[in-house]
Amino acid sequence: MNLATYFMEATYLIASVLFVLALKGMSHPETARRGMFLAEGGMFAAIVGTLVGQHIVTWVWIIAGLSVGSIIGAWMAIWVPMTAMPQRTALSHAFGALAAALVGVGEFLVHAQDMGVVTRGALGFEVILGALTTTGSLIAAGKLQGVIYGKPMQFRGQSVVNLAIFLAMIGCFVFFWIHPEAQSVFYSMLGIAFVFGVMLVIPIGSADMPVVMSLLNSYAGLAAAATGFVLGNNVLIIAGTLDGFSGLILSILMCKAMNRSITNVLFGGFGAVIAEATSNAGGVMREISLDDAAMQLAFANRVVFVPGYGLATAQAQHAVRELAELLESRGVTVKYAIHPVAGRMPGHMNVLLAEANVPYSSLYEMEQINPEFPSTDVAVVIGANDVVNPDARDNPKSIIAGMPILEVDRAKSVIVLKRGQGRGFSGLENPLFFKACTSMLYGDAKSSLSHLAQAVQHV
Amino acid sequence: MNPAVLIASVYVFALAAFLGYQVISRVPPLLHTPLMSATNAISGISLIGSLVLAGAKGYPLFAHILGFVAVTTATINVVGGFGITDRMLKMFGKRKSETKAAAQ
Repeated sequence: MNLATYFMEATYLIASVLFVLALKGMSHPETARRGMFLAEGGMFAAIVGTLVGQHIVTWVWIIAGLSVGSIIGAWMAIWVPMTAMPQRTALSHAFGALAAALVGVGEFLVHAQDMGVVTRGALGFEVILGALTTTGSLIAAGKLQGVIYGKPMQFRGQSVVNLAIFLAMIGCFVFFWIHPEAQSVFYSMLGIAFVFGVMLVIPIGSADMPVVMSLLNSYAGLAAAATGFVLGNNVLIIAGTLDGFSGLILSILMCKAMNRSITNVLFGGFGAVIAEATSNAGGVMREISLDDAAMQLAFANRVVFVPGYGLATAQAQHAVRELAELLESRGVTVKYAIHPVAGRMPGHMNVLLAEANVPYSSLYEMEQINPEFPSTDVAVVIGANDVVNPDARDNPKSIIAGMPILEVDRAKSVIVLKRGQGRGFSGLENPLFFKACTSMLYGDAKSSLSHLAQAVQHV
Repeated sequence: MNPAVLIASVYVFALAAFLGYQVISRVPPLLHTPLMSATNAISGISLIGSLVLAGAKGYPLFAHILGFVAVTTATINVVGGFGITDRMLKMFGKRKSETKAAAQ
């Protein structure tokens, strides 16, 4: 090894350590930002190390790629609104996975003949995971952005078709493993993996996106780790594995928060076939006027806001904070209850509320806030539905039975902000809306909240 | 890949998995979105594989072009991911320092 190679390996080691420290910093909001600077430093070091240590002969493509990528990346970082964070993250997963897949194809082009059995296996994994994550993430991003219809897309024999595609993919993988010279098989595997990614995500509804996002995050990381095995590069293995496990842990947490298994999320097509499985909910929904709602809020002691995806679609995060501040200035104690799967990705609501300057000390997790609902005067549900559906707790026949919920129905009174009388995204009837303590305030969440704030001022 | 290197790589993988589990279990749900975009940016480390493909000795032009696309997408991932993570984390820190300043 010459000096440049030693330098490169040293930067890789430094990068690996910095990545771990960065994730350690994520354990608290105070240290998280400093941690990210470490990770950025690590990434920079690894890039410089690579450019020094590898025998770079053509700079044109590198400089072009780095500049184009930086411009697009910076544009995304600066201009994407916080409400579009799930789409952006999904898109980013697609980009990262595509890079891994392309590196795999490049390695195949150049080194296929002199690869060992293990390296070929890793290459297969890399290309398959990279390709299916690319298309899967693009579909997820499309659904989240509303470009693609968000409801689960299902057809007869879907699982048979998927299984056939999966087996074909694995077949190509095994054949390529044994016969590395079979180029057409390798490219078929790549193509089938792209198709499989699409098939994997189209049957999943938007409400299940937190799990899908986490899984795709995990796949993208594992693809990078497989790249590390192909190139014999430890920093790729470490960084990829950290990402892979982070995604895996998040998907498990999200599944727990919905009381469902990963297989059920992936193959259940939740939200499509539940029309007859609804509850004994019935009766009348009681509508409330703005002034009455404002009166209730203004004279309450404790108010809990429960945000859901509706808050994000209505971009109502600033409006809710203004109302909350107004109430606080009147001596009302205001808290926010965040369900783990509220929104479209893990932690979605926290980010939106943080954007609106809500201090993170008033954001409460489900386990913390649930015991407080009985002593809460008014719970305000903003565009949330399934996560406050008491059927999950009370009706064992419900499709969401056993899912842990925010027990807003235990509060003294509940005001539900809802766009209209229709059912929520999952199509599930929510008995909460028919309870005696519940009143409905229809309309766009943002304008309802700002009108409420005005009304509270005049109380 | 010779067996010794392979075994070392498997060790690295296993230890990284264990470390990842330990470190990431401690991240509060509050920061799950920044966590996801941060790990996503970190997995943009496949950029260093892309750089080799795009410019290193012994690769044909077609590989360089593939490498160019890979460098571009991986860079989007890295720059975009870190940028937006920082933007989010700034928001989580903001309020606290403001109230501190107000208290003084």
